[in-house]
Amino acid sequence: MKKPMLKASAVCKSFGAVEVLRAISLEVAAGEVACLIGPSGSGKSTFLRCINHLEKIDGGQMWVDGDRVGYRLVGNKLHELKEREIALRRASIGMVFQQFNLFPHRTALENVTEGPIIVKGVRRQQAVEEGRALLERVGLGNKMHNYPSQLSGGQQQRVAIARALAMKPELMLFDEPTSALDPELVGEVLDVMKDLAESGMTMVVVTHEMGFAREVADTVHFLSEGVLVESGAPSKVLSNPDHARTQSFLAKVL
Amino acid sequence: MSAVLTREEAEPAQVVPSRHTGRWITATVVLVLVALLLYSMATNERFQWDVVGKYLFADPILMGVLNTLILTVLAMIIGITLGIVVAVGRLSDNFIVSKAAWFYAWFFRGTPLLVQLLFWFFLSALVPRIALGVPLGPELLSFDTNSLITPFMAAMLGLGLNEAAYMSEIVRSGISSVTPGQTEAAKSIGMTRLQTMRRVVLPQAMRIIIPPTGNETIGMLKQTSLVLVIGYSELLTSASLIYSRTYQTIPLLIVAALWYLFITAVLSVAQYFLERRYGRGFSPLSAIRVDKDKADKIDNDASGPAAAANRQASGITTSAPPANTESPS
Repeated sequence: MKKPMLKASAVCKSFGAVEVLRAISLEVAAGEVACLIGPSGSGKSTFLRCINHLEKIDGGQMWVDGDRVGYRLVGNKLHELKEREIALRRASIGMVFQQFNLFPHRTALENVTEGPIIVKGVRRQQAVEEGRALLERVGLGNKMHNYPSQLSGGQQQRVAIARALAMKPELMLFDEPTSALDPELVGEVLDVMKDLAESGMTMVVVTHEMGFAREVADTVHFLSEGVLVESGAPSKVLSNPDHARTQSFLAKVL
Repeated sequence: MSAVLTREEAEPAQVVPSRHTGRWITATVVLVLVALLLYSMATNERFQWDVVGKYLFADPILMGVLNTLILTVLAMIIGITLGIVVAVGRLSDNFIVSKAAWFYAWFFRGTPLLVQLLFWFFLSALVPRIALGVPLGPELLSFDTNSLITPFMAAMLGLGLNEAAYMSEIVRSGISSVTPGQTEAAKSIGMTRLQTMRRVVLPQAMRIIIPPTGNETIGMLKQTSLVLVIGYSELLTSASLIYSRTYQTIPLLIVAALWYLFITAVLSVAQYFLERRYGRGFSPLSAIRVDKDKADKIDNDASGPAAAANRQASGITTSAPPANTESPS
Protein backbone atom coordinates (compact mmCIF):
# COMPACT_ATOMS: atom_id res chain seq x y z
CA MET A 1 0.00 0.00 0.00
CA LYS A 2 1.41 3.35 -1.06
CA LYS A 3 1.32 6.24 1.40
CA PRO A 4 -1.82 8.37 1.07
CA MET A 5 -1.27 11.67 -0.73
CA LEU A 6 -4.60 12.89 0.53
CA LYS A 7 -6.35 11.74 3.64
CA ALA A 8 -9.66 13.16 4.83
CA SER A 9 -11.21 12.13 8.09
CA ALA A 10 -14.80 13.08 8.93
CA VAL A 11 -14.53 16.44 7.13
CA CYS A 12 -17.52 18.71 7.73
CA LYS A 13 -18.37 22.06 6.18
CA SER A 14 -21.40 24.32 6.46
CA PHE A 15 -22.42 27.50 4.69
CA GLY A 16 -24.62 29.12 7.32
CA ALA A 17 -27.29 26.60 8.20
CA VAL A 18 -26.63 24.46 5.12
CA GLU A 19 -24.45 21.44 5.78
CA VAL A 20 -22.51 21.00 2.58
CA LEU A 21 -20.13 18.25 3.69
CA ARG A 22 -21.15 15.68 6.30
CA ALA A 23 -18.27 13.70 7.70
CA ILE A 24 -16.45 12.87 4.46
CA SER A 25 -13.63 10.37 4.91
CA LEU A 26 -11.52 9.16 2.04
CA GLU A 27 -7.95 8.49 0.99
CA VAL A 28 -6.15 9.06 -2.26
CA ALA A 29 -2.86 7.22 -2.69
CA ALA A 30 0.15 8.79 -4.39
CA GLY A 31 -0.13 8.33 -8.15
CA GLU A 32 -3.83 7.59 -7.93
CA VAL A 33 -6.54 9.30 -9.98
CA ALA A 34 -9.71 9.81 -7.95
CA CYS A 35 -12.88 11.09 -9.55
CA LEU A 36 -15.59 12.73 -7.47
CA ILE A 37 -18.99 12.43 -9.07
CA GLY A 38 -22.48 13.33 -7.95
CA PRO A 39 -25.36 15.69 -8.64
CA SER A 40 -24.98 19.49 -8.49
CA GLY A 41 -24.95 20.67 -4.90
CA SER A 42 -23.63 17.35 -3.59
CA GLY A 43 -20.57 19.13 -2.14
CA LYS A 44 -17.90 17.69 -4.43
CA SER A 45 -16.50 21.07 -5.52
CA THR A 46 -16.55 22.31 -1.92
CA PHE A 47 -14.62 19.24 -0.81
CA LEU A 48 -12.04 19.88 -3.53
CA ARG A 49 -11.67 23.53 -2.43
CA CYS A 50 -11.12 22.40 1.16
CA ILE A 51 -8.07 20.41 0.06
CA ASN A 52 -6.06 23.55 -0.75
CA HIS A 53 -7.78 25.58 1.95
CA LEU A 54 -9.73 27.86 -0.39
CA GLU A 55 -12.55 26.87 1.96
CA LYS A 56 -12.00 26.35 5.67
CA ILE A 57 -13.28 23.07 7.08
CA ASP A 58 -15.57 23.27 10.11
CA GLY A 59 -14.92 19.80 11.46
CA GLY A 60 -12.77 16.73 10.93
CA GLN A 61 -9.20 16.67 9.69
CA MET A 62 -7.39 16.55 6.40
CA TRP A 63 -3.80 15.82 5.42
CA VAL A 64 -1.98 16.38 2.14
CA ASP A 65 1.26 14.42 1.87
CA GLY A 66 1.30 14.04 5.63
CA ASP A 67 0.84 17.75 6.33
CA ARG A 68 -2.32 18.80 8.10
CA VAL A 69 -4.33 21.21 5.92
CA GLY A 70 -4.72 24.66 7.46
CA TYR A 71 -3.59 23.80 10.98
CA ARG A 72 -0.60 22.76 13.04
CA LEU A 73 -0.94 20.44 16.01
CA VAL A 74 0.88 21.81 19.04
CA GLY A 75 0.36 19.73 22.17
CA ASN A 76 -3.28 18.81 21.89
CA LYS A 77 -4.37 22.08 20.26
CA LEU A 78 -4.78 22.89 16.58
CA HIS A 79 -3.27 26.24 15.69
CA GLU A 80 -4.47 27.91 12.53
CA LEU A 81 -1.62 28.38 10.05
CA LYS A 82 -0.36 31.84 9.12
CA GLU A 83 -1.19 33.17 5.67
CA ARG A 84 2.38 32.58 4.45
CA GLU A 85 2.37 28.96 5.54
CA ILE A 86 -0.97 28.34 3.84
CA ALA A 87 0.37 29.95 0.66
CA LEU A 88 3.46 27.73 0.83
CA ARG A 89 1.31 24.59 1.06
CA ARG A 90 -0.89 25.75 -1.80
CA ALA A 91 2.18 26.17 -3.99
CA SER A 92 2.59 22.38 -4.05
CA ILE A 93 -1.06 21.68 -4.88
CA GLY A 94 -2.14 22.54 -8.42
CA MET A 95 -5.70 23.58 -9.12
CA VAL A 96 -7.66 23.86 -12.35
CA PHE A 97 -10.95 25.75 -12.29
CA GLN A 98 -14.19 25.37 -14.18
CA GLN A 99 -13.92 28.95 -15.48
CA PHE A 100 -10.13 28.61 -16.23
CA ASN A 101 -9.39 31.83 -14.31
CA LEU A 102 -6.36 32.62 -16.45
CA PHE A 103 -4.83 36.04 -15.83
CA PRO A 104 -6.31 38.00 -18.75
CA HIS A 105 -3.59 40.67 -18.71
CA ARG A 106 -0.82 38.15 -19.29
CA THR A 107 0.03 35.99 -22.29
CA ALA A 108 -0.19 32.20 -22.13
CA LEU A 109 3.52 31.96 -21.39
CA GLU A 110 3.37 34.71 -18.75
CA ASN A 111 0.47 32.93 -17.08
CA VAL A 112 2.61 29.81 -16.81
CA THR A 113 5.79 31.54 -15.59
CA GLU A 114 4.07 33.85 -13.08
CA GLY A 115 3.96 31.31 -10.23
CA PRO A 116 7.53 30.01 -10.52
CA ILE A 117 9.00 33.52 -10.80
CA ILE A 118 6.91 35.32 -8.19
CA VAL A 119 6.20 32.56 -5.67
CA LYS A 120 9.20 30.26 -6.00
CA GLY A 121 11.77 32.84 -7.05
CA VAL A 122 12.89 30.82 -10.08
CA ARG A 123 15.13 32.75 -12.49
CA ARG A 124 13.15 34.20 -15.38
CA GLN A 125 15.15 32.43 -18.06
CA GLN A 126 14.70 29.03 -16.44
CA ALA A 127 10.98 29.68 -15.81
CA VAL A 128 10.50 30.64 -19.47
CA GLU A 129 12.27 27.50 -20.68
CA GLU A 130 10.17 25.29 -18.44
CA GLY A 131 7.03 27.22 -19.36
CA ARG A 132 7.67 26.68 -23.07
CA ALA A 133 8.16 22.97 -22.51
CA LEU A 134 4.92 22.76 -20.54
CA LEU A 135 2.92 24.65 -23.18
CA GLU A 136 4.34 22.36 -25.82
CA ARG A 137 3.34 19.39 -23.71
CA VAL A 138 -0.29 20.56 -23.67
CA GLY A 139 -0.10 21.18 -27.42
CA LEU A 140 0.06 24.98 -27.35
CA GLY A 141 3.61 25.57 -28.50
CA ASN A 142 2.32 27.97 -31.16
CA LYS A 143 0.10 30.00 -28.81
CA MET A 144 2.65 31.06 -26.19
CA HIS A 145 2.32 34.78 -26.82
CA ASN A 146 -1.42 34.89 -27.21
CA TYR A 147 -3.57 36.49 -24.55
CA PRO A 148 -6.30 34.33 -23.01
CA SER A 149 -8.95 36.34 -24.87
CA GLN A 150 -7.39 35.15 -28.12
CA LEU A 151 -7.68 31.47 -27.18
CA SER A 152 -10.62 29.08 -27.33
CA GLY A 153 -12.04 27.67 -24.08
CA GLY A 154 -10.25 24.38 -24.58
CA GLN A 155 -6.93 26.15 -25.22
CA GLN A 156 -7.43 28.36 -22.17
CA GLN A 157 -8.07 25.36 -19.97
CA ARG A 158 -4.92 23.65 -21.29
CA VAL A 159 -2.93 26.81 -20.43
CA ALA A 160 -4.51 26.68 -16.97
CA ILE A 161 -3.31 23.08 -16.57
CA ALA A 162 0.19 24.12 -17.67
CA ARG A 163 0.09 27.02 -15.19
CA ALA A 164 -0.70 24.62 -12.36
CA LEU A 165 1.97 22.13 -13.49
CA ALA A 166 4.61 24.87 -13.61
CA MET A 167 4.63 24.87 -9.80
CA LYS A 168 5.68 21.19 -9.94
CA PRO A 169 2.77 20.12 -7.73
CA GLU A 170 2.56 16.78 -5.96
CA LEU A 171 -1.22 16.79 -6.22
CA MET A 172 -3.52 18.21 -8.89
CA LEU A 173 -7.11 19.27 -8.24
CA PHE A 174 -9.56 19.63 -11.12
CA ASP A 175 -12.87 21.39 -10.46
CA GLU A 176 -15.22 20.44 -13.31
CA PRO A 177 -12.51 21.33 -15.84
CA THR A 178 -14.68 20.69 -18.89
CA SER A 179 -18.09 21.94 -17.72
CA ALA A 180 -17.67 25.42 -19.19
CA LEU A 181 -16.47 24.16 -22.57
CA ASP A 182 -18.34 23.78 -25.80
CA PRO A 183 -18.90 20.04 -26.37
CA GLU A 184 -16.43 19.82 -29.25
CA LEU A 185 -13.61 21.25 -27.08
CA VAL A 186 -14.02 18.80 -24.19
CA GLY A 187 -11.91 16.08 -25.80
CA GLU A 188 -8.68 18.10 -26.09
CA VAL A 189 -8.70 18.92 -22.36
CA LEU A 190 -9.51 15.36 -21.33
CA ASP A 191 -6.64 14.11 -23.52
CA VAL A 192 -4.19 16.35 -21.64
CA MET A 193 -5.57 15.07 -18.34
CA LYS A 194 -5.27 11.45 -19.44
CA ASP A 195 -1.69 12.07 -20.45
CA LEU A 196 -1.05 13.60 -17.04
CA ALA A 197 -2.62 10.63 -15.26
CA GLU A 198 -0.44 8.24 -17.24
CA SER A 199 2.65 10.17 -16.17
CA GLY A 200 1.85 9.21 -12.59
CA MET A 201 0.40 12.48 -11.25
CA THR A 202 -1.89 12.18 -8.25
CA MET A 203 -5.19 13.73 -9.32
CA VAL A 204 -8.50 14.50 -7.67
CA VAL A 205 -11.05 15.31 -10.36
CA VAL A 206 -14.57 16.62 -9.86
CA THR A 207 -16.29 15.77 -13.11
CA HIS A 208 -19.47 15.02 -14.97
CA GLU A 209 -17.52 13.16 -17.65
CA MET A 210 -18.45 9.55 -16.88
CA GLY A 211 -16.46 8.30 -19.87
CA PHE A 212 -13.31 9.91 -18.47
CA ALA A 213 -13.98 8.52 -14.98
CA ARG A 214 -14.49 5.03 -16.34
CA GLU A 215 -11.37 5.10 -18.47
CA VAL A 216 -8.86 7.01 -16.32
CA ALA A 217 -9.91 6.89 -12.67
CA ASP A 218 -8.49 4.35 -10.23
CA THR A 219 -11.24 5.16 -7.76
CA VAL A 220 -14.62 6.82 -8.14
CA HIS A 221 -16.31 8.49 -5.17
CA PHE A 222 -20.01 9.22 -5.40
CA LEU A 223 -21.25 12.10 -3.25
CA SER A 224 -24.84 13.06 -2.66
CA GLU A 225 -26.11 15.83 -0.39
CA GLY A 226 -22.75 16.13 1.35
CA VAL A 227 -22.44 12.43 2.10
CA LEU A 228 -19.91 10.05 0.56
CA VAL A 229 -22.36 7.37 -0.58
CA GLU A 230 -19.94 4.91 -2.11
CA SER A 231 -16.39 4.53 -3.36
CA GLY A 232 -14.68 1.94 -5.45
CA ALA A 233 -13.19 1.02 -8.78
CA PRO A 234 -15.00 2.68 -11.71
CA SER A 235 -16.05 -0.68 -13.08
CA LYS A 236 -17.87 -1.32 -9.81
CA VAL A 237 -19.32 2.10 -8.97
CA LEU A 238 -20.27 3.11 -12.50
CA SER A 239 -21.55 -0.23 -13.72
CA ASN A 240 -22.79 -2.08 -10.70
CA PRO A 241 -23.38 0.35 -7.84
CA ASP A 242 -24.59 -0.89 -4.47
CA HIS A 243 -26.67 2.10 -3.50
CA ALA A 244 -30.02 3.17 -4.88
CA ARG A 245 -28.93 6.84 -4.95
CA THR A 246 -25.92 6.02 -7.10
CA GLN A 247 -28.09 3.95 -9.39
CA SER A 248 -30.65 6.72 -9.87
CA PHE A 249 -27.90 9.33 -10.50
CA LEU A 250 -26.20 7.14 -13.08
CA ALA A 251 -29.53 6.37 -14.74
CA LYS A 252 -29.93 10.09 -15.34
CA VAL A 253 -26.46 10.83 -16.68
CA LEU A 254 -25.45 7.76 -18.65
CA MET B 1 -33.31 22.60 -55.88
CA SER B 2 -31.93 25.18 -58.25
CA ALA B 3 -33.17 28.70 -57.72
CA VAL B 4 -34.84 30.41 -60.65
CA LEU B 5 -33.96 34.11 -60.77
CA THR B 6 -36.14 36.65 -62.40
CA ARG B 7 -34.45 39.13 -64.74
CA GLU B 8 -34.66 41.82 -62.06
CA GLU B 9 -32.91 39.59 -59.48
CA ALA B 10 -30.19 38.49 -61.85
CA GLU B 11 -29.22 42.00 -62.90
CA PRO B 12 -29.84 44.39 -59.99
CA ALA B 13 -30.01 48.04 -60.90
CA GLN B 14 -27.10 50.38 -60.16
CA VAL B 15 -26.56 51.25 -56.44
CA VAL B 16 -27.15 54.92 -55.50
CA PRO B 17 -25.76 55.76 -52.05
CA SER B 18 -28.01 57.69 -49.67
CA ARG B 19 -27.41 61.47 -49.94
CA HIS B 20 -27.43 62.35 -46.19
CA THR B 21 -28.68 65.87 -46.98
CA GLY B 22 -29.27 66.60 -43.26
CA ARG B 23 -25.64 65.88 -42.41
CA TRP B 24 -24.39 68.33 -45.01
CA ILE B 25 -26.68 71.08 -43.73
CA THR B 26 -25.68 70.54 -40.08
CA ALA B 27 -21.97 70.47 -40.93
CA THR B 28 -22.28 73.70 -42.90
CA VAL B 29 -24.08 75.47 -40.06
CA VAL B 30 -21.40 74.37 -37.57
CA LEU B 31 -18.57 75.47 -39.86
CA VAL B 32 -20.15 78.90 -40.41
CA LEU B 33 -20.58 79.40 -36.66
CA VAL B 34 -16.96 78.41 -35.98
CA ALA B 35 -15.75 80.76 -38.73
CA LEU B 36 -17.76 83.65 -37.28
CA LEU B 37 -16.35 82.97 -33.81
CA LEU B 38 -12.77 82.83 -35.07
CA TYR B 39 -13.29 85.97 -37.12
CA SER B 40 -14.61 87.94 -34.15
CA MET B 41 -11.77 86.66 -31.94
CA ALA B 42 -9.21 87.72 -34.53
CA THR B 43 -10.68 91.15 -35.27
CA ASN B 44 -11.94 92.23 -31.83
CA GLU B 45 -9.09 94.36 -30.58
CA ARG B 46 -10.17 94.00 -26.96
CA PHE B 47 -8.79 90.47 -26.97
CA GLN B 48 -5.41 92.23 -27.12
CA TRP B 49 -3.60 89.30 -28.77
CA ASP B 50 -0.38 91.30 -28.77
CA VAL B 51 -0.51 91.36 -24.95
CA VAL B 52 -1.25 87.63 -24.92
CA GLY B 53 1.81 87.07 -27.09
CA LYS B 54 3.93 89.27 -24.89
CA TYR B 55 3.11 87.41 -21.67
CA LEU B 56 2.66 83.84 -22.97
CA PHE B 57 6.33 82.99 -22.37
CA ALA B 58 7.07 85.67 -19.76
CA ASP B 59 9.19 84.49 -16.84
CA PRO B 60 6.55 84.89 -14.10
CA ILE B 61 4.03 82.96 -16.22
CA LEU B 62 6.53 80.18 -16.95
CA MET B 63 7.32 79.99 -13.20
CA GLY B 64 3.60 79.75 -12.56
CA VAL B 65 3.26 76.92 -15.10
CA LEU B 66 6.14 75.08 -13.46
CA ASN B 67 4.67 75.51 -9.98
CA THR B 68 1.25 74.37 -11.20
CA LEU B 69 2.82 71.24 -12.72
CA ILE B 70 4.83 70.46 -9.56
CA LEU B 71 1.77 70.90 -7.38
CA THR B 72 -0.43 68.80 -9.69
CA VAL B 73 2.10 65.97 -9.86
CA LEU B 74 2.81 65.89 -6.11
CA ALA B 75 -0.87 66.19 -5.14
CA MET B 76 -1.77 63.36 -7.53
CA ILE B 77 1.08 61.18 -6.21
CA ILE B 78 -0.21 61.67 -2.67
CA GLY B 79 -3.79 61.24 -3.85
CA ILE B 80 -3.20 58.01 -5.78
CA THR B 81 -0.89 56.39 -3.21
CA LEU B 82 -3.04 57.24 -0.23
CA GLY B 83 -6.15 56.49 -2.31
CA ILE B 84 -4.95 52.91 -2.90
CA VAL B 85 -4.23 52.51 0.82
CA VAL B 86 -7.68 53.83 1.76
CA ALA B 87 -9.38 51.65 -0.88
CA VAL B 88 -7.60 48.49 0.29
CA GLY B 89 -8.45 49.48 3.88
CA ARG B 90 -12.08 49.95 2.91
CA LEU B 91 -12.17 46.40 1.49
CA SER B 92 -10.32 44.97 4.51
CA ASP B 93 -11.83 42.25 6.70
CA ASN B 94 -10.77 44.32 9.71
CA PHE B 95 -13.93 46.14 10.83
CA ILE B 96 -12.12 49.09 12.44
CA VAL B 97 -9.80 49.63 9.46
CA SER B 98 -12.70 49.43 7.02
CA LYS B 99 -14.80 51.94 8.98
CA ALA B 100 -11.81 54.28 9.40
CA ALA B 101 -11.28 54.22 5.61
CA TRP B 102 -14.97 54.95 5.10
CA PHE B 103 -14.76 57.85 7.56
CA TYR B 104 -11.73 59.28 5.75
CA ALA B 105 -13.54 59.34 2.41
CA TRP B 106 -16.70 60.73 4.01
CA PHE B 107 -14.85 63.54 5.78
CA PHE B 108 -12.59 64.68 2.94
CA ARG B 109 -15.29 64.46 0.30
CA GLY B 110 -17.79 66.08 2.60
CA THR B 111 -16.01 69.36 3.32
CA PRO B 112 -15.16 72.02 0.72
CA LEU B 113 -11.61 71.86 -0.62
CA LEU B 114 -11.24 75.59 0.03
CA VAL B 115 -11.95 75.06 3.73
CA GLN B 116 -9.43 72.21 3.85
CA LEU B 117 -6.75 74.35 2.20
CA LEU B 118 -7.29 77.22 4.65
CA PHE B 119 -7.35 74.74 7.53
CA TRP B 120 -3.91 73.36 6.66
CA PHE B 121 -2.58 76.85 6.10
CA PHE B 122 -3.74 78.00 9.52
CA LEU B 123 -2.75 74.74 11.25
CA SER B 124 -0.32 76.62 13.49
CA ALA B 125 -3.24 78.37 15.16
CA LEU B 126 -4.43 74.94 16.30
CA VAL B 127 -1.12 73.11 16.82
CA PRO B 128 1.73 75.59 17.40
CA ARG B 129 4.42 72.92 17.57
CA ILE B 130 4.71 69.52 15.88
CA ALA B 131 6.96 67.05 17.65
CA LEU B 132 8.06 63.52 16.83
CA GLY B 133 8.97 61.30 19.74
CA VAL B 134 8.02 58.40 21.96
CA PRO B 135 4.54 58.96 23.42
CA LEU B 136 4.97 60.08 27.05
CA GLY B 137 8.71 59.74 26.45
CA PRO B 138 11.50 61.89 25.05
CA GLU B 139 10.99 64.14 22.05
CA LEU B 140 13.18 63.29 19.06
CA LEU B 141 12.32 66.06 16.65
CA SER B 142 10.31 69.18 17.08
CA PHE B 143 9.16 71.80 14.58
CA ASP B 144 7.52 75.13 14.74
CA THR B 145 4.31 74.55 12.76
CA ASN B 146 4.57 77.90 11.04
CA SER B 147 7.97 77.08 9.58
CA LEU B 148 6.91 73.56 8.60
CA ILE B 149 3.59 74.47 6.97
CA THR B 150 4.68 76.78 4.19
CA PRO B 151 2.07 77.79 1.60
CA PHE B 152 3.54 75.05 -0.59
CA MET B 153 3.17 72.37 2.11
CA ALA B 154 -0.36 73.51 2.91
CA ALA B 155 -1.27 73.42 -0.79
CA MET B 156 0.22 69.96 -1.29
CA LEU B 157 -1.40 68.51 1.84
CA GLY B 158 -4.76 70.10 1.17
CA LEU B 159 -4.97 69.01 -2.46
CA GLY B 160 -3.36 65.58 -1.92
CA LEU B 161 -5.38 64.50 1.09
CA ASN B 162 -8.59 65.69 -0.54
CA GLU B 163 -7.74 63.89 -3.77
CA ALA B 164 -7.01 60.64 -1.87
CA ALA B 165 -10.64 60.52 -0.77
CA TYR B 166 -11.89 60.65 -4.36
CA MET B 167 -9.15 58.32 -5.64
CA SER B 168 -10.00 55.75 -2.96
CA GLU B 169 -13.49 55.37 -4.42
CA ILE B 170 -12.09 55.07 -7.94
CA VAL B 171 -9.54 52.45 -6.87
CA ARG B 172 -12.18 50.58 -4.88
CA SER B 173 -14.43 50.32 -7.93
CA GLY B 174 -11.46 49.05 -9.95
CA ILE B 175 -10.55 46.39 -7.39
CA SER B 176 -14.18 45.28 -7.09
CA SER B 177 -14.36 44.84 -10.87
CA VAL B 178 -11.80 42.01 -10.80
CA THR B 179 -13.61 38.68 -10.48
CA PRO B 180 -13.08 36.56 -7.33
CA GLY B 181 -11.87 33.74 -9.61
CA GLN B 182 -8.71 35.76 -10.28
CA THR B 183 -7.89 35.96 -6.58
CA GLU B 184 -8.57 32.23 -6.18
CA ALA B 185 -6.32 31.38 -9.12
CA ALA B 186 -3.55 33.52 -7.63
CA LYS B 187 -3.98 31.87 -4.23
CA SER B 188 -3.97 28.42 -5.80
CA ILE B 189 -0.47 28.93 -7.19
CA GLY B 190 0.67 29.97 -3.72
CA MET B 191 0.58 33.77 -3.89
CA THR B 192 0.19 35.72 -0.66
CA ARG B 193 -2.46 38.41 -0.38
CA LEU B 194 0.06 41.16 -1.11
CA GLN B 195 1.42 39.34 -4.18
CA THR B 196 -2.14 38.72 -5.40
CA MET B 197 -3.01 42.40 -5.03
CA ARG B 198 0.19 43.62 -6.70
CA ARG B 199 0.52 41.10 -9.53
CA VAL B 200 -3.04 40.08 -10.34
CA VAL B 201 -5.74 42.39 -8.97
CA LEU B 202 -4.28 45.91 -9.32
CA PRO B 203 -2.94 45.49 -12.89
CA GLN B 204 -6.43 44.41 -13.97
CA ALA B 205 -8.12 47.07 -11.86
CA MET B 206 -5.97 49.69 -13.64
CA ARG B 207 -8.10 49.30 -16.75
CA ILE B 208 -11.10 50.57 -14.80
CA ILE B 209 -9.08 53.05 -12.71
CA ILE B 210 -7.22 54.95 -15.45
CA PRO B 211 -10.00 56.83 -17.30
CA PRO B 212 -11.49 58.45 -14.14
CA THR B 213 -7.95 59.07 -12.85
CA GLY B 214 -7.23 60.97 -16.05
CA ASN B 215 -10.31 63.06 -15.27
CA GLU B 216 -9.08 63.62 -11.73
CA THR B 217 -5.61 64.69 -12.92
CA ILE B 218 -7.04 67.18 -15.41
CA GLY B 219 -9.39 68.40 -12.68
CA MET B 220 -6.46 68.71 -10.27
CA LEU B 221 -4.51 70.77 -12.80
CA LYS B 222 -7.19 73.45 -12.61
CA GLN B 223 -8.05 72.88 -8.96
CA THR B 224 -4.51 73.96 -8.07
CA SER B 225 -5.68 77.49 -8.92
CA LEU B 226 -7.62 77.43 -5.61
CA VAL B 227 -4.33 77.75 -3.70
CA LEU B 228 -4.42 81.39 -4.75
CA VAL B 229 -6.18 81.94 -1.40
CA ILE B 230 -3.15 80.80 0.60
CA GLY B 231 -0.71 82.77 -1.49
CA TYR B 232 1.19 79.98 -3.26
CA SER B 233 2.10 81.33 -6.68
CA GLU B 234 0.91 78.91 -9.32
CA LEU B 235 -0.17 79.77 -12.87
CA LEU B 236 -3.39 81.65 -12.17
CA THR B 237 -1.83 83.51 -9.21
CA SER B 238 1.03 84.65 -11.44
CA ALA B 239 -1.41 85.84 -14.11
CA SER B 240 -3.57 87.65 -11.57
CA LEU B 241 -0.53 89.36 -10.04
CA ILE B 242 0.28 90.77 -13.46
CA TYR B 243 -3.21 91.92 -14.41
CA SER B 244 -3.83 93.50 -11.02
CA ARG B 245 -0.87 95.72 -11.87
CA THR B 246 -1.50 96.33 -15.60
CA TYR B 247 -5.32 95.96 -15.73
CA GLN B 248 -4.94 93.70 -18.80
CA THR B 249 -7.28 91.17 -17.22
CA ILE B 250 -8.72 89.44 -20.30
CA PRO B 251 -5.43 88.83 -22.18
CA LEU B 252 -3.76 87.43 -19.06
CA LEU B 253 -6.67 85.12 -18.35
CA ILE B 254 -6.32 83.96 -21.96
CA VAL B 255 -2.61 83.31 -21.36
CA ALA B 256 -3.47 81.15 -18.34
CA ALA B 257 -6.27 79.36 -20.23
CA LEU B 258 -3.95 78.59 -23.16
CA TRP B 259 -1.43 76.98 -20.82
CA TYR B 260 -4.12 74.94 -19.04
CA LEU B 261 -5.41 73.77 -22.44
CA PHE B 262 -1.93 72.83 -23.59
CA ILE B 263 -1.14 70.80 -20.45
CA THR B 264 -4.54 69.11 -20.63
CA ALA B 265 -3.76 68.05 -24.20
CA VAL B 266 -0.45 66.55 -23.09
CA LEU B 267 -2.17 64.73 -20.22
CA SER B 268 -4.81 63.34 -22.58
CA VAL B 269 -2.10 61.86 -24.79
CA ALA B 270 -0.45 60.29 -21.73
CA GLN B 271 -3.81 58.84 -20.71
CA TYR B 272 -4.28 57.33 -24.16
CA PHE B 273 -0.97 55.46 -23.91
CA LEU B 274 -1.66 54.30 -20.34
CA GLU B 275 -5.05 52.97 -21.39
CA ARG B 276 -3.44 51.07 -24.24
CA ARG B 277 -0.79 49.66 -21.91
CA TYR B 278 -3.28 48.35 -19.36
CA GLY B 279 -5.84 47.29 -21.94
CA ARG B 280 -3.53 44.53 -23.14
CA GLY B 281 -5.32 41.20 -23.30
CA PHE B 282 -8.74 42.84 -23.06
CA SER B 283 -10.01 42.89 -26.61
CA PRO B 284 -13.78 43.09 -27.07
CA LEU B 285 -13.63 39.38 -27.91
CA SER B 286 -12.61 38.58 -24.36
CA ALA B 287 -16.01 39.74 -23.15
CA ILE B 288 -17.32 36.32 -24.14
CA ARG B 289 -17.07 34.43 -20.91
CA VAL B 290 -19.09 31.31 -20.28
CA ASP B 291 -20.76 31.63 -16.91
CA LYS B 292 -22.13 28.91 -14.69
CA ASP B 293 -25.71 29.18 -15.91
CA LYS B 294 -24.62 28.96 -19.51
CA ALA B 295 -22.41 25.99 -18.67
CA ASP B 296 -25.37 24.18 -17.10
CA LYS B 297 -27.42 25.07 -20.14
CA ILE B 298 -24.77 23.57 -22.41
CA ASP B 299 -24.87 20.43 -20.30
CA ASN B 300 -28.65 20.31 -20.52
CA ASP B 301 -28.67 21.02 -24.22
CA ALA B 302 -26.01 18.38 -24.64
CA SER B 303 -28.44 15.73 -23.43
CA GLY B 304 -30.70 16.30 -26.45
CA PRO B 305 -30.79 13.65 -29.16
CA ALA B 306 -28.65 15.57 -31.65
CA ALA B 307 -25.96 16.19 -29.06
CA ALA B 308 -26.09 12.56 -28.00
CA ALA B 309 -25.24 11.54 -31.53
CA ASN B 310 -22.36 14.04 -31.50
CA ARG B 311 -21.09 12.66 -28.23
CA GLN B 312 -21.21 9.15 -29.51
CA ALA B 313 -19.26 10.18 -32.55
CA SER B 314 -16.56 11.86 -30.47
CA GLY B 315 -16.53 9.23 -27.73
CA ILE B 316 -17.37 11.84 -25.11
CA THR B 317 -20.12 11.59 -22.58
CA THR B 318 -21.54 14.52 -20.70
CA SER B 319 -24.03 14.63 -17.91
CA ALA B 320 -26.70 17.13 -17.08
CA PRO B 321 -26.97 18.08 -13.44
CA PRO B 322 -30.58 18.30 -12.24
CA ALA B 323 -31.76 21.74 -13.22
CA ASN B 324 -33.62 22.51 -10.00
CA THR B 325 -30.81 21.96 -7.47
CA GLU B 326 -28.73 24.95 -6.48
CA SER B 327 -25.03 24.31 -6.10
CA PRO B 328 -23.38 26.13 -3.19
CA SER B 329 -19.96 25.39 -4.58
